[in-house]
Amino acid sequence: MTSLLASETAAVSFPVLTAMVLTPFLGALLLLVLPNNRPEYFKQVAFLVSALTAAMTAWVMVEFDKAHAATFQFVDQYEWIETLGISWALGLDGISLWLVVLTGALFPIVILAIDAEHSPKPYYAWILVLEAGCMGVFLALDLFAFFVFFEIVLVPMYFLIGQWGHGERAYAATKFFIYTMMGSALMLVGIISTAVITANTTGNDLTFGLIELAESQALGQTAARWIFLSFALAFAVKVPIFPLHTWLPDAHTNAPTAGSVILAGVMLKLGTYGFLRFGIYLFPEAAVYFAPFLVALGTIGILYGAIAATMQRDLKRLVAYSSVAHLGFIVIGTFALNTEGIEGGLLQMVNHGVSTGALFLLVGMIYERRHTREISKLGGLQKPAPMLAGVFMVVMLSSIGLPGLNGFVGEFLTLIGAFAAHRWWAVVAASGVIIAALYLLWAYQRVFHGPAEGDNATMPDLTVREGLTMVPFLVAIVFMGVYPKPVLERMEPAVDALVAHVETHVEDFDEPVADIAHHVELEDLADLGTDTHGEEDGEHG
Amino acid sequence: MLAALAAEVGDFVRPPIDWHAAAPELTLLAFGVLLTLMDIVWLERGRKWAPALASIGLLATMVPIITLAVDGADRSMFGGAFVVDKYALIMKAVFILAGYIVVLISSNYISEGDYWENEYYGLLLSSILGMILMASARDLITIFIALELLSIPAYMLATWRKRDLKSNEAGLKYYLMGVFASAILLYGMSLLYGASGTTLLVDLNESISASDSPSAIVVMGIIFVIVGFAFKVSAVPFHTWAPDTYEGAPTPVTAFLSVASKAAGFVALMNMLFVGFIGRDDVYEPMIFALAAVSMTVGNLIALRQTNIVRMLAYSGVAQAGYMLAPLAVASDVPDSALAATVSYLVIYAVMNLGAFAVVIAVARKTRSAEIDDYRGLFHYAPGLTVAMTIFLFALAGIPPLGGWWAKFRIMGAVIEANTVSGVVLGVFVAVNSVIALYYYARIGAKMWADEAPDGDLTPVRVPASLKSALVLTVAATIVFGVLPGLVGDVTKVSLLAGVGG
Repeated sequence: MTSLLASETAAVSFPVLTAMVLTPFLGALLLLVLPNNRPEYFKQVAFLVSALTAAMTAWVMVEFDKAHAATFQFVDQYEWIETLGISWALGLDGISLWLVVLTGALFPIVILAIDAEHSPKPYYAWILVLEAGCMGVFLALDLFAFFVFFEIVLVPMYFLIGQWGHGERAYAATKFFIYTMMGSALMLVGIISTAVITANTTGNDLTFGLIELAESQALGQTAARWIFLSFALAFAVKVPIFPLHTWLPDAHTNAPTAGSVILAGVMLKLGTYGFLRFGIYLFPEAAVYFAPFLVALGTIGILYGAIAATMQRDLKRLVAYSSVAHLGFIVIGTFALNTEGIEGGLLQMVNHGVSTGALFLLVGMIYERRHTREISKLGGLQKPAPMLAGVFMVVMLSSIGLPGLNGFVGEFLTLIGAFAAHRWWAVVAASGVIIAALYLLWAYQRVFHGPAEGDNATMPDLTVREGLTMVPFLVAIVFMGVYPKPVLERMEPAVDALVAHVETHVEDFDEPVADIAHHVELEDLADLGTDTHGEEDGEHG
Repeated sequence: MLAALAAEVGDFVRPPIDWHAAAPELTLLAFGVLLTLMDIVWLERGRKWAPALASIGLLATMVPIITLAVDGADRSMFGGAFVVDKYALIMKAVFILAGYIVVLISSNYISEGDYWENEYYGLLLSSILGMILMASARDLITIFIALELLSIPAYMLATWRKRDLKSNEAGLKYYLMGVFASAILLYGMSLLYGASGTTLLVDLNESISASDSPSAIVVMGIIFVIVGFAFKVSAVPFHTWAPDTYEGAPTPVTAFLSVASKAAGFVALMNMLFVGFIGRDDVYEPMIFALAAVSMTVGNLIALRQTNIVRMLAYSGVAQAGYMLAPLAVASDVPDSALAATVSYLVIYAVMNLGAFAVVIAVARKTRSAEIDDYRGLFHYAPGLTVAMTIFLFALAGIPPLGGWWAKFRIMGAVIEANTVSGVVLGVFVAVNSVIALYYYARIGAKMWADEAPDGDLTPVRVPASLKSALVLTVAATIVFGVLPGLVGDVTKVSLLAGVGG
């Protein structure tokens, strides 16, 4: 892989990935030096900067070579701190591509859809810094750079919740900060240990390059397992995996709408992406070893999140707990460690970003109009706001996983993958889909159906601007539900390569394949003869 | 008898002196003398020139330091008791620049408080003189003299607000604890001298590392010396003076003590460990390990409960001393990385901590208080100070991409690179502690940004020019050290082992 990396570096001249990270950051600096007397410019500048970044991600998406989706493309590599083998290395493959596209698309929408409640200058500046950080996490191919970005994203979110949030905002911001920092602090020990042990074992110079470290696999079994745990803790908090999820409802509920959308849409994926890119890639043996444990936690998360969501009286909190459940599906898919599961998990990351992001936006619109998110105080909103109700229903159905919409494809793939690897956990997890239908439909019924009384009856419908911002979400939801192939075929080579990497480096691990029919069939063939089961025979393999 | 003495003196030949190597000390000394003379000749008329003269003196001292650095050769005098190498020059530069920033943040505080300005700056320069001497000291006696030269003026500076009981308490406590520590240190040194028959650190190491060295005496000697310096760097359990002294002393002096004086303690400790004791890692490594682990944990836990920002910074300083001690606990395994890590941390810590104190001084100009609750809503009337304070607090907490993050990364890199169990355990200690620390730093951040100002009082804070320039310098350095850590990385690629030969 290293040699391919070199050839890719030569092919691309413009450092587009570096530009994607630095543009929002420089945009934030630009905002800071703009004069204060024209506050209306802040939003426009922020939007233009994020739209420019989105244009670059779109260009990358188009130029992405899907035949070589397993290798890192558009690689930028510069020496950063030479003495310690740290470099500014960014790259993109089939695993990170869609998360980058999601990040690039979501930020301009968020900036356009939501106005700052006060102090627009720092508000938009922090959002742009957040975008730079998220881009950096998804693109980093150097453990040091990755850790820097992984930590940087905490700071803008801390301020967005703390300054522009509602309710117990200072508490929620601090809790969010401490929780995620607690996870990542030990990861730093893990990162340095990985680099140092690898350098000692191989005799090469110290390096923090992801590909070099992952390909050399120089860690002993015990060391690798411990270090994997230090990474897993950081990612588990970020995902969040039950029982480390308690920061999430507080952060979501008290965050401003933009914060919630970005938190759900992009930031929760930093953890699940981290598992794929760093956890499994760097420590395949440890990932296989701990996979059953993580699948179990993921399943508990699905049920727990779903049940907790059913109990919520606050609409935003309900959506927050539904995130815990959805992220559980991603975790069980990822740690099924087969192509279907990982692909489903990856697709589900994008789906969740689209549909939960949209749900938070819609909840924010309701809150803006009614100044409450208490489900019991809302009711009958369908009559005064049919458009809002319609959009809400489509997004909600996508979140439930209705066939034909995007959520179904992802959930289906994760469950297939998990079923092949850990059958009974998958069966339990599947019941989470039913509870999801229960709490979301029930919430929809209480909020939108029934008689509209008092303020509910006069609630205005979507404005043109709000309607337009919802269009990209709806297009993505339907498109990915009906025709997920363009998305999946760009992921697949990278996911296959990851699974192959695990198979190569872990003795007696074979990709768990859904081959139940196959076994039954062989016995049947022996007993009953070949004729009757001829056409089914062709299926397996 | 007199005749015999005279005969001996007559035989005395002055050892060769490398004037260039001694130029930084001599320059600073000259300006210190000039400052005192100005006071005697001009009396009150000289007052307003004192801070300017002190700053000029400090900046002038940078000139020989820079020429020595450009020259690049390692110089040694008095049989190896006074050494000028890259490490010594970097630490001298840190002391001088920290001193310069202290002068910047002092000038308004001292003149408006109607304190004794000339004496203040004279004592400050004298203390800094002790520090830059310490950077070159490679001999027990030179180290002790440098330590006293930097400590005694500091005792007096701590009591500078002499009509304030708290300041008196601060100075007295500092003085008593300090001389107590000096006594222990001197006792340890005498034991080591008794065991080895030499005061020169290089020879000392050779002697005490030999298999036939009297073990019990050497062990006692090493322990006493480390305890003596543990007081100076305020490591737990020898930290008890720090919070009271920091709170009572004038805030610029507190900044000086928490940065320069602590750094001087570390320089002395590093000189002792890396040159004098390196062969006896069986004695000092477990001890430093315990000091480091306990200091960071206890310091951070007590800092959580503080309501006064200066006391909080005092306890956070105790914890930071723990971080800086951590690489020294693996000094024999990875000597170069350990030294570079601690030196990097000292450089960056100096910048961010001085910056934090500068903000404390600026805010106190309006609120007349250092209570954390008085930082509520600071953003609404002093946004610039709030941004600066947030940068310093996050840097102290080790959030990338600020300087403190790089410092912490170096510390962790060094302890893990040692590839020992104790090293990794220390790494975990540092990691867990940085989370605990984040809580109290972030809490202040939340108060400044999210809360409303008390009583709705939104009159802006007037920040005088010298304080403003100190803030600009420290903010810039904190950010640059984080984004381009190669800068500190390169200047701290130092080694103390040249003289030991391995």
